[in-house]
Parts: sequence; structure tokens; C-alpha cells
Amino acid sequence: MITATINGNVVEIPEGTSILDAAKRLAIKIPVLCKHPDLDHTAACGICVVRNKSNGRMLRACCTPVEAGMDLLTHDPEIVGVRRTILELMMSKHPNECLTCGRSGDCELQTLCQDFGIRREELPNITPDLPKDCSTGTIELDPRKCISCGRCVQVCQDKQNVWALSFLDRGIDTRIATAGDIPLNESPCVSCGQCSAHCPTGAIVEHDESGIVWDKLQDPDAICVVQIAPAVRVAIGEAFGFAPGANLTGKTYAALRQMGFKYVFDTNFGADLTILEEASEFVERFANGKGELPLITSCCPAWVDFMEKYHSDMIGHFSSCKSPHEMVGALAKTYFCERNNLDPKKVFMVSIMPCTAKKMEIKRNEDMASSGMQDVDVSLTTRELARMIKQAGIDFAWIPESQPDHLLGAYSGAGTIFGATGGVMEAALRTAVHMVTGEKLGKVEFEATRGLKGIKEATLNVAGHEVRIAIAHGLGNVEMVVNKVREAKAKGEPLPYHFIEVMACPGGCVGGGGQPYGVTDEVRLARAKGLYSEDTAGVWRNSHENPYIQELYRTYLDKPLSEKSHHLLHTHYKVRPTYQR
Amino acid sequence: MSTNDQPAAPAKPVLAQPAAPGKPAAPSDQTAIIAKRWRAKRGSLIMALHEVQETYGYVPRDVALKLAPQIGVPVARIYEVLTFYNYFKTSAPGKFVVSVCTGTACHLKGSGDILANFSAQLGCKEGESTTDKLWHLQGVRCIGCCGIAPAVIVNGKVFGKLKPADVGDVIDKVLTADAAAAKV
Ligand code: SF4
Ligand code: SF4
Ligand code: SF4
Ligand code: FES
Ligand code: FES
Repeated sequence: MITATINGNVVEIPEGTSILDAAKRLAIKIPVLCKHPDLDHTAACGICVVRNKSNGRMLRACCTPVEAGMDLLTHDPEIVGVRRTILELMMSKHPNECLTCGRSGDCELQTLCQDFGIRREELPNITPDLPKDCSTGTIELDPRKCISCGRCVQVCQDKQNVWALSFLDRGIDTRIATAGDIPLNESPCVSCGQCSAHCPTGAIVEHDESGIVWDKLQDPDAICVVQIAPAVRVAIGEAFGFAPGANLTGKTYAALRQMGFKYVFDTNFGADLTILEEASEFVERFANGKGELPLITSCCPAWVDFMEKYHSDMIGHFSSCKSPHEMVGALAKTYFCERNNLDPKKVFMVSIMPCTAKKMEIKRNEDMASSGMQDVDVSLTTRELARMIKQAGIDFAWIPESQPDHLLGAYSGAGTIFGATGGVMEAALRTAVHMVTGEKLGKVEFEATRGLKGIKEATLNVAGHEVRIAIAHGLGNVEMVVNKVREAKAKGEPLPYHFIEVMACPGGCVGGGGQPYGVTDEVRLARAKGLYSEDTAGVWRNSHENPYIQELYRTYLDKPLSEKSHHLLHTHYKVRPTYQR
Repeated sequence: MSTNDQPAAPAKPVLAQPAAPGKPAAPSDQTAIIAKRWRAKRGSLIMALHEVQETYGYVPRDVALKLAPQIGVPVARIYEVLTFYNYFKTSAPGKFVVSVCTGTACHLKGSGDILANFSAQLGCKEGESTTDKLWHLQGVRCIGCCGIAPAVIVNGKVFGKLKPADVGDVIDKVLTADAAAAKV
């Protein structure tokens, strides 16, 4: 531990602590624009300057570690003046478009300009005329709004190992771009949206499709139905002043009903169903030797896309299960319509997801139209829903809770925890044990699956068998796990794992690319905690205990992996060649 | 930002015949040769790109995409470097890029005269383009076709065993092929 003085107050911190973090301990907020808590500093913007009082030098707080005995000043007229100049310079290369910007109201640049009371453009505006990239239909890149902080590049290259974004050109002409200016839809981009979740401005935002949904809600012929993903319920509140992790399931249902949705389903039901199918697949492969091991989860469309592009030798290992919301979509237009005498052609299925990649998943192949039409019509992110709720004039904090439509809306705790890294694995193991032994599990928790470690490996006792598992989140962590499998296969050695779970976003869906802004590990953990508490408090902890799942099989699907299940709930994969990044 | 303004990159050179006797057969792929030369060396990306540009007159997109996995450098990084240095060109300096090999074998077999003839007939100096941007003429280092020296590459197509008098013929062939392609 070392001590230093900041603004006259003494602070004791571990060696290596940045000035930025040290100041936080004294409740001093130094402004930042390029530094993100998830990422290494790029020291690109300079807005975090502070002064070393002993020699008068200016230092960047985000990347300078405190030295013992330092005497620092974070705010004085000159420092504030430097910061203001930095903002003015940024503004001179930034379009003055706040009113129509997807980030307005929640933009780090806009907020700072407000805080600094900037009321005038001091410098002539020299924003270059650069075209947008809207080619993916999931995220949109507007390089004119980029302040060259480098967050997205670090996220896409280092965290996700996708390399779809980079800076091109140099000096004043430096611009954020797709790799080699190749459009994103022809690039390795997997639409994870992590770039948009980390961007401080509106340079990368989700492709907003709320307009289509409003239109359908007004259409007297349309029967609008909706489902919400596990991770949405513990994050949507952040847009309305709730703390991360607050579970607002009932309020979200209520808001959706008020907006005009006729039926409200829950993707957690689909998660329970996925578990029945996927655990059956696992047991088939593990106990009955039918199919390749390890089994790899398939509910994350960004991961599926990445696998099809760069790890297509793993196709045989992939679970053929569709993702939970696609299962609900398929059943909404078949089972649900049949039970309720509805015309499926009139049903308009909207998914509310923490995810930008789901926007491309709903059209990824012909299996996504298993009901005879597109199963899910539109997929919105949590951020889009939050805006819609505001637009609809709903006072979210006060709205009384509502219930889902149980036929496709009742769920177990196992379905809830799908939203966190490790949750799919844990839920599947609970049901797999039951399938092998036929017994009720005493302790349902598999703690080794939880937490934010990038790769979690464990050997678990599942019904007396040794099951080796691996859980990776953040695509940058996948390579190592997949390579271990490849190596063992090539050498004919015993498999390193029997079951692998992958989620593309750090923290899993709770940290999804379409979630409210400002994500950090603290926020991810809080959101995950919200899910795990709902699991603990629930009546049913195992997917197979969900009586509505039981009813679905009894009256409609027959049994897991039946022909009908295969038709409605499973999919295929294909090699998707793109350039080798 | 779109790729559409990129002129079509030359197809990979089709070699008329293998390398000179006594030498191992040259890989029939310029990119592979360049990649192999620079792969193992750290920090050699710029050298590799330099060589690509010397061969093609610019760095064609498909060559960059092929080079990336072969030298183990992501495409994103390659373009960061390409756009950082003014020296590199990412689009063809002319519709037809004439690369006259000035490597040792070709030099000994009279590539100097061939270059001079091209220069006279096209009306532009070495390293420059015609005013209508139709032709770009350049001398390049060994292009791996020493067996058919002296050699010339025009947009990826190799012409070997040329005599100075053949230059007019090469120009005609290129124009005829282009006209035929335009009809289809
Ligand atoms: S990115 Fe921020 S500052 Fe720029 S236009 Fe959008 S809201 Fe305004
Ligand atoms: S969506 Fe994901 S893969 Fe695509 S550019 Fe953004 S971070 Fe990279
Ligand atoms: S697009 Fe956003 S995250 Fe990427 S460098 Fe620009 S401002 Fe930063
Ligand atoms: S936040 Fe420190 S340099 Fe940008
Ligand atoms: S010297 Fe001309 S091809 Fe080798």
C-alpha cells in the first residue's frame, strides 16, 4: 500500500492503482471518454488530465499509476479549461445531430458537453462526410460520430477476437472503419453488439426496428404477441433508475400489455424446453454413445455465426437445438394458435432480447420458418424496449405487475439462469441427472458453472458419472477450449470435455450487446445475481418440473427429440465462408 | 466505404511453365511465395506488403485477403498498415497494370528494351500512368517466372519469352481480351 494526496485529501491505495481509481475512493469523479472499466486504457482522448502539484506537470489519470507521496490536483480552472478545449475540438469533428441520434440522452460525449456547459460551437465544423455501414441489419456504424477512443476496436479485436473493426488512415484523417473497408455483412462480424455496448457515443448503435412494431400494434388485423428473454428482466430497470439486477419481470409484462400486445410469453419457457431437448441430446451422446462428444451449446446466435465462419469443423459437436426464443416463436404460431383457434398468419411475434445478434438469427436459415412462416417476426433489444415504454407514456416504476400467458410463459428457475454465463450448463445438468437416474435432485446448484472467470472448467459428478465441462464467455475465450478438443481428437487422446457452453458476450446474455449502457463486471454480476435469486425463490428449480412443459409434450410434441420436436425446435448448421481474419 | 469502388483485382498469375531446371518448382501462386518469404520473420508485414505492391503495382484486395492467414496477420491489421502509409496503394493505378520484370534473369534476357518499348508505345514513363488512366507501366523485381524470362504481367496474366518486337502484340492481346470480356 502507498499513500498519496489528491485535492488535499490523503488516500491509501495498493501500488499500481491508477490516479483515476484512486480519486474514485475519495468520491472525486475525473471525466473519461476513452477509458472503459472493461478495457485497457488507450490514453486517446486526454480528457482525464490532472496536475502533479510538485512539478506542475499534467498527467492522464486513466493510465498513470499513483506514485507514493504524489500530490495531485484534479480540478482547477486551467485543468477544466484543457478539458473544455478537448471537448470543443471533438465537437468540431462531430456532427451536431443530437436530436436524431440513437444515443441521445445516454451519450458520454453529450453528457460531458452538458456538464461543461458548452453552449456554442467555438471552432468551425470539419466533420468529414463518411458513409454509414448498415449492412448487417443488427448494428449500425456511423464513423462521423466516432471520437477515436478505440474501445470498439479493443472489444472486437481483443475481447471477441473477431477483428471486424479497425482504425484506418492516419492523423486528422484517422477514422473508425470496418476491417479493410469491407462491409460488415461480408466481414467476420458476428453481430454481437459488444462494440455498441462499449462505444461512448452514437457511432455504433443497434439497428432500431421499433417502428415496425408500433405499426403492427396499430394494425387491427394483427395479433401482436411478445416474449422477453431471461436477461432483459434484470437490466431493463436501469433505463428507469432501478439498480442493475432488480428483477422487473412483472412490470415488463404489464408494460407490454399496456402497449397493446395481446399475449405475453416468456423466453424462460423456451429455455426450459431447450433444456429438455438439449439434455436429451447430451444423454443420448454421453450415455448411449449416439453422436459426437463434447456437446456444444447453440443458443447464442453470435457464437453460432462465429462457429460457422471459423470453427466449422465443430458442426458435428453442436447441439441442434434452436435458441429458446426461436422455439417459443415456432410454438406461438403452431401449438398456441391451434389451442386458441387463432390464425397464425395474423400473429406477429416480437422477441425482446438483450442481444443484437438475434436480429440476424431470426432469418439465419429456413429452419427459422418452421411454422410455415417466419417464426419470430422482429427481435428488439432491451434498449429499444426501454425507449418504447417511455414513448408509450408508461410510468414504469409505478405500473402494477402482471402475469404472462402461461401456456408459453410459465418457467422454472433453470430457465431463468439461462441469461448468465454457465446458466445453460447448470440447467442442463440438473435435468440430465434426472434423465439418467429418474430421481429428484437434492441439491440443484452446480456452483462451478457460476462467476465471471473467462473459461470455467470443472469435473462434475453427474449421477455417478464423471462429466468434464467447460464454459467460455467472450468469444476471445473460445479458441483455447475448441483447440483442446481438436488436439485431443487429432492425437486420439481422451476428450478434454463432454459438454461445452459458449456465450459470445462477456458475462453471458446479462452482458449482451443490446442491454442498457454502462456495463461493467459489477453490473454483470448484479444482473446475474438477480437471475440466481429468482431461481432460488422459485417453486420449480428444474426445467422438467415445469407443468406447462409437461403438458406441451403430453398433448403436442410427444417426447424430446421426437419427429415433431425436430421439425419445430431443431436446426442445421452450414459452413459460412468468409475471409480468414 | 464500399468495396465496389475497388477495381477487380487481377486473378492469380497463370504460369506457362515451371521454373528453370535444377531449381525446385516455383509455387504457382505469387501470394504464397511472398507469404512464405516473410512468414517466419517478425515485423515483416511491411516488407511483405512492399513486395506485393512491387509485383502488382498496388495491393489488390484478394491478395491482401489471401496473404493474411498465410502470414498470420489479421486482415484488419493489414489494412491499418496499408492506409497508414501513403506509399501503399489499395487500388490499381491504371485499368491495365503492366509489370515488366527487371529481375536478374529477365534483365539478362533484355527486359530493358521491353520496358523501353512499352514506354514508347503507351506514351508513359516507367512508374507512371497514361493520362487516360488506362495503362500503368512499372518495372518490378523477379516475379518468379525466370524459366520464361523475360516476363511481363498484365493484370495477373503472364506473358513470357518476349522479344522487344512483341510489345505491340501484348498490348493488342490485352485490349482484345478486354473487349471480348466486355461483350459477355
Ligand atoms: S453521439 Fe452523442 S453527441 Fe453525438 S450526436 Fe449522438 S447524442 Fe449527440
Ligand atoms: S458486433 Fe461484435 S463482431 Fe461485429 S463489429 Fe461489433 S464487436 Fe465486432
Ligand atoms: S466507434 Fe465508438 S467505441 Fe469505436 S472508436 Fe469510435 S467512439 Fe470509440
Ligand atoms: S480517459 Fe484518459 S486519456 Fe481518455
Ligand atoms: S527475373 Fe524475371 S521472372 Fe525472375
